[in-house]
Amino acid sequence: MENNNEVVLLDLWASMFGMRVRIALAEKGIKYEYIEQDIWNKSDLLLQMNPVQKKVPVLIHKGKPICESLIAVQYIDEVWNDRSPLLPSDPYAKSQARFWADYVDKKIYDLAKKVWARKGEEQEAGKKEFIEALQLLEAELGDKPFFGGDKFGFVDISLVTFYSWFYAVETIGNFSIESECPKFISWAKRCLQKESVSSTLPNSERVYEFLLDAKKRLGIE
Amino acid sequence: MADEVTLLDFWPSPFGMRVRIALAEKGIKYEYKDEDLRNKSPLLLKMNPVHKKIPVLVHNGKPICESLIAVQYIDEVWSDRSPLLPSDPYQRAQARFWADFVDKKIYDAGRKVWTTKGEEQEAGKKEFLDALKLLEEQLGDKPYFGGDNIGYVDVSLVPFYSWFKAYETFGNINIEKECPKFIAWAKRCLQKESVSKSLPDQNKVFDFIVEMRKKFGLE
Repeated sequence: MENNNEVVLLDLWASMFGMRVRIALAEKGIKYEYIEQDIWNKSDLLLQMNPVQKKVPVLIHKGKPICESLIAVQYIDEVWNDRSPLLPSDPYAKSQARFWADYVDKKIYDLAKKVWARKGEEQEAGKKEFIEALQLLEAELGDKPFFGGDKFGFVDISLVTFYSWFYAVETIGNFSIESECPKFISWAKRCLQKESVSSTLPNSERVYEFLLDAKKRLGIE
Repeated sequence: MADEVTLLDFWPSPFGMRVRIALAEKGIKYEYKDEDLRNKSPLLLKMNPVHKKIPVLVHNGKPICESLIAVQYIDEVWSDRSPLLPSDPYQRAQARFWADFVDKKIYDAGRKVWTTKGEEQEAGKKEFLDALKLLEEQLGDKPYFGGDNIGYVDVSLVPFYSWFKAYETFGNINIEKECPKFIAWAKRCLQKESVSKSLPDQNKVFDFIVEMRKKFGLE
């Protein structure tokens, strides 16, 4: 129990950003206390630990918060550096891993949102841009099993969590991601063979219901 | 074995300035290439096909894109001198957090100040000044965000100081009055040669912004 309290994660089960941190912790075999957050009614603890952005996930290690999912994943990799490295050791390879994770951060959420939050022409444009982004990532993956090469790593972690939202995005957008990006889907399924990923990603239909509810709360038709 | 370092950049870019400061801090010789962003060179498009943006650091023919990624790369390759990131993982996470905050807030809020009017501009001004004040709090009594020496957060943030005359004039704000600690910190950074040689003069940036506003039909 004492060891569990050393690492705490404030998170939301459906957050693809929170899932990144959960996968990293699982990859390193770190025991932690998971505290589910109600993002519609933020807790005092969350606001105290992330006063600047007021968002999940927040990793808390020995009482000190680390905010922003990719920063938390890098922190985990650096502190528990004796096992399952997530980033490459070569500085150039590391810079490329950071570039692609940053690309995921800049593009994937917002483009997916264009699909699930808009209608008509805007939605169609969103679908096209979203598929193009996934295809660019497919090209970057190439023939490698993972973005990290032979091993699952930082870019895989930053990206695979969006897979749990695909069913919701496809259903709302009325399109098939697999037909446009089969390599992407086979990569995601390969990642899901890892326990750290399969035990973290939530059920896709549950995510779809979450998103429908979120749309209502946000006043999006 | 000589290192070949090239920087594809655009002189008023605060993002490019970050990389210039990092290279100067480490004493790295490099070739500077100024890009015409309305007519991007084949080299730029080849080196940054994904975003087609500057700055791009090219080291021995291999590109590193995104300014903060390039600064971290420089720190890790030339790790034997003038460290920019802290060695402690928690401090490092905090430095990354604040540089990310600068990336998310300062450019966009500042942009609203010089490109918009009315309510949108007022909102931009408030966001901008609130962000500077939060950063002042974070600085506290330290001479630099990096402590006794300039570090990652200082490098990520001080370039925007070269845009302050533009923000103040078009936003009709007095940044020194609102955020005196911030200005004092910026001037302290400018006493370092790596910074003073990397930042263009505020008047030069101001003239550039005047031209940009004309092009956007803002006058």
